[in-house]
This record gives sequence, C-alpha cells and structure tokens, in this order.
Amino acid sequence: MYRNNRPGMGTIVQTVIRWLRGPILLFGLYIIMYGHEAPGGGFGGGVVIASAFILMTLAWGEPYTLEFFRRDTALTLACIGLLIFIGLAWAGTWAGSGVFFENLAAGLPGHEAHLFMTALEVGSGLFVAGALYLGFSVLMGHYDGAGREEEES
Amino acid sequence: MTEILALLILLSVVGAIVAVVTPNLVYSVISVGAVGFLLAIAFLLLSAPDIAVVQIGVESISLVLLLRATLGRETQQGATRPLVGVAFAVAVVAVIGLFGLQVFYEFPEFGLPAMARFADAPAATYLATGAEATGAPNIVTAVLLDFRGWDTLGEGTVLFCAVLGATAIMRRRARRKDDVSK
Repeated sequence: MYRNNRPGMGTIVQTVIRWLRGPILLFGLYIIMYGHEAPGGGFGGGVVIASAFILMTLAWGEPYTLEFFRRDTALTLACIGLLIFIGLAWAGTWAGSGVFFENLAAGLPGHEAHLFMTALEVGSGLFVAGALYLGFSVLMGHYDGAGREEEES
Repeated sequence: MTEILALLILLSVVGAIVAVVTPNLVYSVISVGAVGFLLAIAFLLLSAPDIAVVQIGVESISLVLLLRATLGRETQQGATRPLVGVAFAVAVVAVIGLFGLQVFYEFPEFGLPAMARFADAPAATYLATGAEATGAPNIVTAVLLDFRGWDTLGEGTVLFCAVLGATAIMRRRARRKDDVSK
C-alpha cells in the first residue's frame, strides 16, 4: 500500500499528476518541435511545459517541485532561451545578407531547411517555460499546497 | 457554424458581465476563466488552432494564479459605487463603442482577410513566399518567428522584464551568498 507523507493535496491527485506529468512535458516538447508544421510553436509549448511544473507545485507544494526545477535554473533557462533567440536573429545580420531574422538554413535540402525555424522555436520555448515557471513560483511565495502559508524560517 | 460562433461569443459576453457584476471575487475569477476558454473554442472554430493552444495554456495558468491570489482572502468586494462614477464609466464605454462600431463598416465580408483589399499587401507576400523563405510550412509560425520576429522579440523582452520585476519585488529576504535556491 502506498503511503504518502508529503504535504500537499490528496493521494489521488498526486498519483494522477505523477502519471500525467511525463506526457504533459512530452506534449509540450512536441508542440515546440513541430510548431513549424503543425499548430503550436515556442510560446504555446513553453506554456504547456511550465504548466506541468505548476501542476506539480499545486499537488506537492513548492519545496518538492523546487527539487526538480529550482528558481535559478528557471532563470538560467529563460536567459539561455532569450540569448538563443537573439543570437539566431542576429546571426543573419552578422554573417549573411544583413537581414535580421535571415533564414540560415534556407539552402539545405529536405527537412533540414526547417532547422533554423526549429532552433528559434526551441529558444522561445525554453524562454517562455522558464520565465512563466519563475513568475508563478515567485508569485506563489511559500506555498505548501494545502492553502497554508509556510512559517517564516 | 456562424450560429455556434455567435452562441460562443454571446456566452463569453454573459461571462464577462457576470465577472463584473458579482460581488464575490472567486466567482468573478471563475467567470473570467470561462470567458477565456470560450474564446479558445471560438478561435478553434475560426481555424486558428495556434492561438487556441496558447489561449488555453495561458488561461489555465492565469486562472490558477488568480484563484491562488483570491482564495482564503477577503473576497467580498465593496458593493456600492458612487453614481457619478458609474455614469462616467458608461459614457466612456458608449463613446468608445460608437467609434468601434464604425470599424465594422470598413471590414470586408466575413471570412475574407482584411488585407485582401490591397493588391500589394504584406499578407499576400507572406502567403506566397512564406514556406520557402522561412522554411516553415505553418504560415503562422513563419509570420510570428520570421517576418514579424521583432514583435516576438519584444514580447519576450516584456515577459522577461515582468518576471524580473516580480522576482525583485516579491522576495521576502535579501539574497545571501549561501542561499542560492530561493
């Protein structure tokens, strides 16, 4: 029999979210990676990824989730994503024809022509996921998942 | 199709009115969430699944945030407002609404793109050259991330500044060198 001594919501919620968090993360990655062909893209996929961690925060409380995804990790991810985005946008100006957001993969054959767009989407997805999770985590404050504020330690 | 869309928009208008009128903040937040999800379905019916995906995600997160902000606090709003203020608000909304109604006379027929009236509109160029110029068959992604990449970059910058501001304001203690996880 599984017993749960962690704080937060009930065992049913925690079990369901333990099953769902992987598929949600995978779905977010799928939306980011296939945004150039199917509906979606970096922003929507980043929001889905952030929502998986927000679900975990709601079910287990903040200390548990911070073990998986610390705030400084989220900030680092957001910065890396934004730097990827700006860097790729700038790369065309610097190396190519002088156009901002120049498609660097334009001449590649077949599906590799999508590489530039996918990289842009990965950048914006990382950024949105990190920034949204960080904003949520900061706004939640010390929340233990059961509607109580933690004692000031 | 158009009837379903009209029903959805009518329901979201009802939800918005309930959100404003109800004295309980939690009911208000739930009504706002209902408006957002109805709008997501409307976007889906209007063949804009990209916007529907983002709308559902952002709506879920903001609903959780707003509920968290309102639950367990004083949720009864003050019900009385001065009559002059109400009259002024109604007058402002009426004037803006009258100007907004004029826009509908400039619209093309329902279902046609608004840029269809101009032969050399940017939208025509995007549709004609988007796939091979950007390498994205999905034209929405091509426009968002390439043709109007500046727009997305500005959006990201705004989000980044908002999160940094929230982080700076909401933290409880000053950061110490041995305390990196908070």
